[in-house]
Amino acid sequence: MATDAEKSPEAAPDEPNTFVEGVENVGRGVINSISSFGGMATLAWEILRWSVRPPYRLQNLFAQLDFVGVGSIFIVCLTGTFTGMVFAQQSSRAFELFGAESLVGPTVALTITRELAPVFTALMVTMRAGSAMCTELGTMRVTEQVDALETMAVSPVQYLLVPRVLAGLIMVPMLTMLFDTSGMVGGFFVSVTLKGMSAGTWLARTQTWLDPEDIFEGLIKAAVFGFAVSLISCYRGFNASGGAKGVGKATTEAMVGSALAIFILDYFVGVILH
Amino acid sequence: MPPIIQIQDLHKSFGDNAVLKGINLDIEEGTTLVVLGGSGSGKTVLMKHMIGLLKPDRGRVLVEGQDIVPLDGEELARVRKKFGMVFQAAALFDSMTVYENVAFPLREHAKLKESEIREKVKEKLAIVGLRNVESKYPADLSGGMRKRVGLARAIILDPKIVLYDEPTTGLDPITTDYVDEMILDAKRELGVTSVVISHDIASAFKVADRIAFLSQGHIVEQGPPEQLRRSEEPAVKAFLSTWFGKQ
Repeated sequence: MATDAEKSPEAAPDEPNTFVEGVENVGRGVINSISSFGGMATLAWEILRWSVRPPYRLQNLFAQLDFVGVGSIFIVCLTGTFTGMVFAQQSSRAFELFGAESLVGPTVALTITRELAPVFTALMVTMRAGSAMCTELGTMRVTEQVDALETMAVSPVQYLLVPRVLAGLIMVPMLTMLFDTSGMVGGFFVSVTLKGMSAGTWLARTQTWLDPEDIFEGLIKAAVFGFAVSLISCYRGFNASGGAKGVGKATTEAMVGSALAIFILDYFVGVILH
Repeated sequence: MPPIIQIQDLHKSFGDNAVLKGINLDIEEGTTLVVLGGSGSGKTVLMKHMIGLLKPDRGRVLVEGQDIVPLDGEELARVRKKFGMVFQAAALFDSMTVYENVAFPLREHAKLKESEIREKVKEKLAIVGLRNVESKYPADLSGGMRKRVGLARAIILDPKIVLYDEPTTGLDPITTDYVDEMILDAKRELGVTSVVISHDIASAFKVADRIAFLSQGHIVEQGPPEQLRRSEEPAVKAFLSTWFGKQ
């Protein structure tokens, strides 16, 4: 025989209400996102404040410039070369359809300098240096090394975060210039050597269409991405908790957040610059 | 002379979890106070308030008469230079050698020549009984050696107060004994005020001038070790019986 509780829907409070749970989860996600954004904005202000105050830790800065910049040269050049090659290969097939192969050079150059170089370089730096920044800081946090710095009257923001964020801000544009160069070399190689285009036409057309502003726009984007990627990686690592699992979670959040930030900022910086 | 550290009506909660519920504690200069209590009783939270790593919800923390709760930035840094802290897992910088770890506070706060830094590092490592380990990395050291390097780093600036967070946790009996001696030596030779957070009853009774027993967010008993041993407070009796009951 059915009990009263089984008969009456009001009398079954333990049953999960998937709609309410869904709304709660979305709400929690929105609150967390706003809270993280606020935390990052506060941290960015702290970093700015500490970056202009002595002591200037040039040794730490150079170590990070080396790690983020010099350490990423090979991977950025390789990615740039193959991106240029693929782009030249694909665009030459399209332009052949209406006999405009001479536009391959400018198309490769413009696309790389304005879009692909800053985005791909920032993604490479995110994967190689951002992940390392986040795990290193996260490990320092959970093993109390950050607390140790504070007890020794040293600002962890100034000692650990300022050099990392400055390195991202400075080195991503530099690496983007390398990507620009290697991408165009790759595009030139495919167009001229494999597709038999005239080297003179390729270079002349590229020179005609490519303005310094195009390169400059890419570099501004790169600086914004470099700052955002290093800030997000530092923020996640610096606020990691809960041992090895917490550091792993922070690194995943840093990677996903950085990649999303690159694509979202790419649109908005593009709109602002035009 | 007023106490070097005074904690007055200290409250701290994390979310709904009230960890400290009105702590009052005075620590006299040149003495060793052990804060004894079970795991999760809030001992480390209490210690972190003493050096300004945590801000209380209510209450005051006075260091040499100055309330450090409202302090921030430069002012708090100035107060922190009076402290050295030995962390539970030593918290040595794993990217630096032993020498660089111990020299770190000197490089940050003292304008000394490299030869003077080298001399001081050697001296402090000798005090904690370590030789020829300067070029090793923390990963190459045993737990006890790491704690000793942590102490050498904590005392390199000759602080007035040294905080020890669970200094004997996870150590074998011989190393535990060595660490206890090290705490006593630091007090005898350097004249520092020591605050030791511990749940190790044997160590606490060996090194303490006074013991404060923390239970459920309150200091339920405090006084010299003999007073604690005679305490009728149920939480203290239950805790101490786990050790003295076996003696």
